[in-house]
Amino acid sequence: MRALRIETPEGVVFSLHLATPVLRALAWSVDAAVLIAASLVMGRASGTLAVIGADWANAIATLLYFVSSIAYGMAFEWYWRGQTLGKRLFSLRVVDAQGLRLRPAQVVLRNLLRSVDFLPGAYLVGAAACLLTRKCQRLGDLAANTVVLRETKLLEPDVERIAPAKYNSLLALPHLAARLRTRVDPEAVRIAAAALALRDGYDPPARVELFAELAGYFRSLVEFPEAAVEGLTDEQYVRSAVRAIYAR
Amino acid sequence: MLDKLRVEPGWRMSIQDVQRLHYLYERCSADLVRLDTFSTEPLLRAYVESLVSRAYAEIHETRARSGKLRWRTLVAAFPRAFRRHLGAFGLAVGLTLLGCSFGWFAVRADPDSKAVLMPFPGLLDPPATRVAREEGARTDRLHGQKASFSAMLMTHNIQVTVMTLACGVTWGIGTVILLFYNGVILGAISADYVGAGYTRFLAGWLLPHGAIEIPAILLGGQAGLVLAGAVIGWGERASRVDRLRRVAGDLLSIALGAAALLVWAGLVEAFVSQYHQPVLPYGLKIAFGLLELGALSIFLARAGRV
Repeated sequence: MRALRIETPEGVVFSLHLATPVLRALAWSVDAAVLIAASLVMGRASGTLAVIGADWANAIATLLYFVSSIAYGMAFEWYWRGQTLGKRLFSLRVVDAQGLRLRPAQVVLRNLLRSVDFLPGAYLVGAAACLLTRKCQRLGDLAANTVVLRETKLLEPDVERIAPAKYNSLLALPHLAARLRTRVDPEAVRIAAAALALRDGYDPPARVELFAELAGYFRSLVEFPEAAVEGLTDEQYVRSAVRAIYAR
Repeated sequence: MLDKLRVEPGWRMSIQDVQRLHYLYERCSADLVRLDTFSTEPLLRAYVESLVSRAYAEIHETRARSGKLRWRTLVAAFPRAFRRHLGAFGLAVGLTLLGCSFGWFAVRADPDSKAVLMPFPGLLDPPATRVAREEGARTDRLHGQKASFSAMLMTHNIQVTVMTLACGVTWGIGTVILLFYNGVILGAISADYVGAGYTRFLAGWLLPHGAIEIPAILLGGQAGLVLAGAVIGWGERASRVDRLRRVAGDLLSIALGAAALLVWAGLVEAFVSQYHQPVLPYGLKIAFGLLELGALSIFLARAGRV
């Protein structure tokens, strides 16, 4: 997954996940469906204007469809801070390429340049540009200096469920717990947390083997005094280690 | 606060809210730095990163707010943007004239090339046939379809203009091709009618709407060339991002101005241009077109000056 790294003036570095061309295409297909539905509704509505004449009703329908197809992206991206209905559905958001807020000129410019990105049909130019550019930008994004991000739905880890608050002998030694936090691989913590969450679903022999391996890994990182780990089973050791890593 | 800003984009924070947001941003930033030192759950890092990134966008946005859009500001911004990029407009005019010359000489040298150069089937008839048919018409051939014809013309011309602007992002190649091609069509039509001796008909037909429509498309070309200049950046020390940021406002002003002109041109083309002598004398139509062109020139040259 491609990411956009931004360094703030305070020297803090953070990453934003860039949306893939496939996700963007899915979001666009939703927007296209919304526009088609809107045009059908407008077509019906303009039928009711027949009292002012079929000619004027047709003219109003043509102009309404044209304006809505151009203004749809601009209005939604401005009002919803970089999101259209399709982008909202797929958790995508347009932002300034420097991580700043979108400006009205950027919203309008990237939407005006859709006409080039759409060429020769089905956004082929835009898709090619997305694949070739480092920040996955279509030509409209390049001109407006914008990127499309994928917002991940972030939930705080449920430590209470996987490792309930009990007396934790590892936390009684904060300097060693801190050393564990500096040395542990985040991926290993994720695996250990997942193993604890699913522990009741394993076959007993597999459960013993899995937690023995995980406990072996954590023990290899930091050696706690015998008094602190005495009587702890492998599973209890892993639970205490995970709890100590989150320092709750 | 960040959730409220997302749900209510127009929410204006009080000074206390701003201070609180800044304080929380600094704390979150410090936590993120700590997370870089202390390995932990990736989800936790991603969560803090998302908070920092959202707050960063709010706190570090220092570009001046444009404030409320005012009609008078918009009207003044268009001619100002036009005048700032006169060179690009001149180049757009030059490219179109080059295309005109090509179309003119192609049709004069080989009249059969008309079928290739003109995309509109209605223009393929010999000029004499069309003039006789339209001048001799006893009924209104656009009766009951003038408004929809006008709407079709507006949307089509705005699409052409937007495309001419947008193609600037292809280092201007697309813009140059479109300007040249529009010139070729114009030159071919002119050669056809002038060569057949129908210059007054041509002027009476084209000037009322063309006096606005052609400059509007040239304005689209101007904006496209400005965009191309920013993308290429010859002899500029500023980065591409800065160059594009600098011209973005002007591009929008020109695009909006050109679109407004094309709405007018669409109305005139459907309601005026299609009616010829004896319904509307050519002298009157030509004078109307010249008047429009003069008014547009004065507007672009004088409006918005301090």
